[in-house]
Parts: sequence; structure tokens; C-alpha cells
Amino acid sequence: MIFTVVVHASPCQNAAPESALRYCKALLSAGHTLHRVFFYRDGVFNGNQLISSPPDELNIMRAWQELAEEHSIDLVICIAAAIRRGVLDATEATRYERDQTNLAEKFNLSGLGQLVEACILSDRVITFGGQG
Amino acid sequence: MNSPKNILLMSRRAPYGSSAARDLLDIALTCSVFEQNVALLLLDDGVLQLLANQDPQVIQQKNLNSLQSSLSLYDIEKIYIDADALEHHGLSHSELHIPVTLLTKIEISQLIANSDIVLTV
Repeated sequence: MIFTVVVHASPCQNAAPESALRYCKALLSAGHTLHRVFFYRDGVFNGNQLISSPPDELNIMRAWQELAEEHSIDLVICIAAAIRRGVLDATEATRYERDQTNLAEKFNLSGLGQLVEACILSDRVITFGGQG
Repeated sequence: MNSPKNILLMSRRAPYGSSAARDLLDIALTCSVFEQNVALLLLDDGVLQLLANQDPQVIQQKNLNSLQSSLSLYDIEKIYIDADALEHHGLSHSELHIPVTLLTKIEISQLIANSDIVLTV
């Protein structure tokens, strides 16, 4: 089965991103396909490369990168939600005249169309951190 | 081209206490651009999103009424409300500013079961 996972919550304060990560690993190990992980609302903070976790705690941003690396997973961050919250890649930093960028590698900024396209192509779309 | 899916968007949040209502509408409009069959379901405090005559400018928020009014232009006409939630808030159908369909709990269960994709905000 083809899955897409949607993450609405920021890491650190909310367990939803870690639950989403474990869910992704579980579905992959069960032989399913993960079409995309889409980060919306405060979920965009999962792609903040400046996240600096204590060494004995999970760094969720790195964990997503490892998942993407290992399984060629598409990690998409909603561009409008990201710009509002100050998660910028070089292109958007230039567009909004900001000196800094902080979007982690392996994550891509794109529109809500990527969420809807994922809904069209996936058999199951599972949201973590919704209704927050 | 895949045939359109029935995508149900659910929200339980009041209109201006969080960005949920606006974020839900953004997904709805995008679904419409992709020509999917989209329906909105408002539960709990979410029924307040459709109250007429909102005046959020005093709290520096954009009024959602005009965007909600434009939903029909995007062929988004399936807007469902939890009848119990409306009653819980002491509201009647006539106090909402766009046409909606009131659903019982059983009908809500059927709506969710009959949807291909359910997204919550």
C-alpha cells in the first residue's frame, strides 16, 4: 500500500513528530511504500537545521534526514507555512531579503499542491499532530 | 489521470484562536484546483468558524467570512456541521452565513467512512 504521512506539530514540545517517524519506519519495514512526508503548520519546524538537541536525546531533524537518505523519501515542507515561521532556504531568503537560511538538507519547500497530489496518489494519508 | 477522490477536511477549532480555520481553507482551495471532490466537516468549536458578521479586525485578524463565501465559486459546496455542536453553542442554522448541511453523529460516522482521504486541521 502507498502511504503519505502528514505532520502538523513542532518537535521538542510535541510527541507527534516522533510518533510520525516511528510510524514511517513501521510501515516501511512492513513492506509498504512511503510516497511523501508533508510538513504543514508548526510541523515545518522539523526542518529547522539549527535544532540542537542534547547528545543523549533524539534529534528529530537528523532522524528525518536519515530516513530520507536510507529510503529515498520525499520530505516536503509547506512553503507558505515555512515562510511565516522563518524556515527559509536560500531562494526564499533572497526573495524576502533575509541574511540567514535554516532549512535542513533533504527537506524541500513546496506548495500545498504536494499534499493534495499525495492524497491523490496514496492509498492512505495519516496525519500526526492534527487538531492542535 | 486518476479519478477524483472524496477528500474530507475536518476541523474542531474556533476561527481566531489558532490558524486552523484559515489553514483548513487553504487545503480546501488547493483540493479544488486539483479537481478533487472536497467536503468540509466542522465539529465542536469548529462550528463557530461559519458564524455570520464576524468582526476580527479588532484583534488584527483577517475576516474569514469572505473567503468562506467564495468556496462555492471553487465548487466546494459540501459543508457539513455537527448538529449537536451547533446546539451545544446555542446557535441555529440561520446564524451561519453560508449554506450547510447538519449531520447527526451517525451521519458523521458514515461521511468519514465514505471518504477516501480524511485530513484534520
